[in-house]
Amino acid sequence: MAEVKLMKGNEAFAEAAIRVGSDAYFGYPITPQSEVIEYLMTEQPHMRTGMVVLQAESEVAAINMVYGAAGAGKKVLTSSSSPGISLKLEGISYMAGAELPAVILNVVRGGPGLGTIQPSQADYFQAVKGGGHGDYKMLVLAPSSVQEMADFVEDAFDVAFRYRNPVMILSDGVIGQMMEKVVFKPQQDRWTEEEIIKMNGSWATTGKTADRERNIITSLNMRSDAMEIHNHKLQAKYKLMEENEVRFEEFMCDDAEYIMVAYGSSARIAQKTLDIARSKGIKVGLLRPITLFPYPTKKIQEYVNNGVKGFLSVEMSAGQMVEDVRLAVNGKAEVEHYGRNGGIVPSPTEVLNALETQIIK
Amino acid sequence: MDLKDIIKPENLVYTKTKNMTDKELSYCPGCGHGTAHMITMEAVEELGITEKTIGVAPVGCSVLAYEFMNVDMQQAAHGRAPAVATALSRVMPEKVIFTYQGDGDLAAIGTAETIHACNRGENIVIIFVNNGIYGMTGGQMAPTTLMGMKSSTSPYGRTAEQNGNPLKMTELVAQLEGTYNVSRHSVHTFKNVKKAKKAIKKAFQDAMDKKGTQFVEIVSNCNSGWKMSPVKSNEWMEEHMFAYYPLGQIKKDGVLVNNSNQN
Amino acid sequence: MSKVIGAIVVDIDKCKGCELCVVACPTDVIDMTKEVNAKGYAYAYMINPEACTGCSHCATVCPDGVITVYRTKKATA
Ligand SMILES: Cc1ncc(C[n+]2csc(CCOP(=O)(O)OP(=O)(O)O)c2C)c(N)n1
Ligand code: SF4
Ligand code: SF4
Ligand code: SF4
Ligand SMILES: [Mg+2]
Repeated sequence: MAEVKLMKGNEAFAEAAIRVGSDAYFGYPITPQSEVIEYLMTEQPHMRTGMVVLQAESEVAAINMVYGAAGAGKKVLTSSSSPGISLKLEGISYMAGAELPAVILNVVRGGPGLGTIQPSQADYFQAVKGGGHGDYKMLVLAPSSVQEMADFVEDAFDVAFRYRNPVMILSDGVIGQMMEKVVFKPQQDRWTEEEIIKMNGSWATTGKTADRERNIITSLNMRSDAMEIHNHKLQAKYKLMEENEVRFEEFMCDDAEYIMVAYGSSARIAQKTLDIARSKGIKVGLLRPITLFPYPTKKIQEYVNNGVKGFLSVEMSAGQMVEDVRLAVNGKAEVEHYGRNGGIVPSPTEVLNALETQIIK
Repeated sequence: MDLKDIIKPENLVYTKTKNMTDKELSYCPGCGHGTAHMITMEAVEELGITEKTIGVAPVGCSVLAYEFMNVDMQQAAHGRAPAVATALSRVMPEKVIFTYQGDGDLAAIGTAETIHACNRGENIVIIFVNNGIYGMTGGQMAPTTLMGMKSSTSPYGRTAEQNGNPLKMTELVAQLEGTYNVSRHSVHTFKNVKKAKKAIKKAFQDAMDKKGTQFVEIVSNCNSGWKMSPVKSNEWMEEHMFAYYPLGQIKKDGVLVNNSNQN
Repeated sequence: MSKVIGAIVVDIDKCKGCELCVVACPTDVIDMTKEVNAKGYAYAYMINPEACTGCSHCATVCPDGVITVYRTKKATA
């Protein structure tokens, strides 16, 4: 039975984690996402579904717990905010190398360093360009509502298991903390041991039975020729993601002369800018990338081919995603960035002003 | 008596356990890692738990333990094996989980994971191979390196002023409520191997019975790092390592043993 | 005199010549060869096979698990 609730984005993520039948959550408190583990501890999902929730001694331990559970073929999640995600990167790289599925939420706050506890989007590079060591990618989903904080849990697990790759939900303090109505799908059963063996038994460490060779979870290969082959396999996977998993949303782009590109909470602000601009007769549209990797590069190229004159990337950072917009546009139209840093959320009129002065001129 | 009358299947008394693969071990000649592997896998075989045992390999010379131990295995990031094992044990409580770690892995970079897994009393077995050095990376100093001992990063010998004193992780974790059996062994003589194996077997049994964390240290040699022949390194180990790291039971069935110096 | 007699079989190719088995044997059965195996190591062999009791000390301390041990009652001639 579907249920409507009013809650914070962080809580919606946690409730959805229980409802999709996750097996485990491992985390460590950090603002602005501590509600995730607080909600889970309060809900006692081990009573509801048998889901394990454990507060680890650090983000490092938490991500390695995720590695262990994922390696056993289980549905496992973790969440943190920027400084904690930095600590998790070694583990994420290991998971990408060992091809382990898992869902990682980053409720981004302002940095660098300890930074602020206010919302930010300055972890785009870290999430989208690798972050940890080695040539790897995560599929990155960017929710812009409390509803999507819930819905993307299921979507994330779906792609994580399909590609055997970690998936990041890149949120921010605005989406994590704000309260909205959210519709929940009915509770799904957790996978049984038989189901896990049927689906993931070819690789997961479920115990070496007499009928099969042992399963090994590792990212190591001492031979560089074999390691190169493994890298090619990973790259082929990322290529498939680029072909099949791009998601975005368009607002009034059909007749647009200018396009704002914004994700997450910035997309909500840009939507308000769009309303004001349109009421002033400015032909502007908004592209909201939902997947940040893979990126809607082709969509942006289409706009360029259709004669769009300029793009404004709106981000709560010094300009990170704008580089991907520039790559897509490839010099064929104006590309500018507008953003605030350090935890400041720009206002719709600020963005409109940027659009008028930097792009339309 | 003719050899061919002795060497017959019905007369077999010792052969390598089927729980080890046929792969040739990557360790240096005479390295204790091999023997430690062997008795760990023999214990698993003798308890009949091969199908439900899952191991976690560290980063260190034994990073490739998964190539040799014929059970499902995960390879953990440097020092994080107890976290990986924690999750495995939590999401699959019906399975038997162990880590196999060196002293750099367990007592330096992984100190936090080790202490907290032990403190939570995770129902896992931790096999801790202490050779007082970073073997894999070429013989650098470890937290366990003895006072005065030379290594590539303590070329004039370890000093307390510079590096602090050698860390007795095993005594430390014995203080935690979560640990159940804590002991220190070696695998350089027949008698010691037998004792170590007995401890490992009990550790697996008690982990299976959900009694808490089982911690078995094996003081071992690193003849490459120590720059000695295997036989000499074992002699040196007896004389120097055992003096600082005395063999014996430190905690038994949840109770600290007073005389930890009995051998 | 022991009533049993033993024998060991060394997997020559896998022996690493560490000599730990030589030290471990209580009855000095084992010595190292002069020639070397494919890996370049001198390997263990029974120089004194009559003294072997099949006690398995050597095999138990062999880090590479290359020794197999057999034991039987001595034939009474
Ligand atoms: C994060 C990280 N830091 C450093 C290393 C390099 N490294 C590999 S093994 C090792 C030390 C291993 O020593 P120990 O745990 O004592 O194992 P041994 O080889 O002696 O058995 C180090 C420092 C690494 N692989 N990962
Ligand atoms: S370097 Fe040391 S610990 Fe590593 S295999 Fe060689 S002897 Fe063993
Ligand atoms: S079985 Fe015993 S007596 Fe025979 S060689 Fe081995 S150690 Fe020596
Ligand atoms: S202990 Fe094993 S590896 Fe070492 S010399 Fe003897 S048989 Fe060879
Ligand atoms: Mg070491």
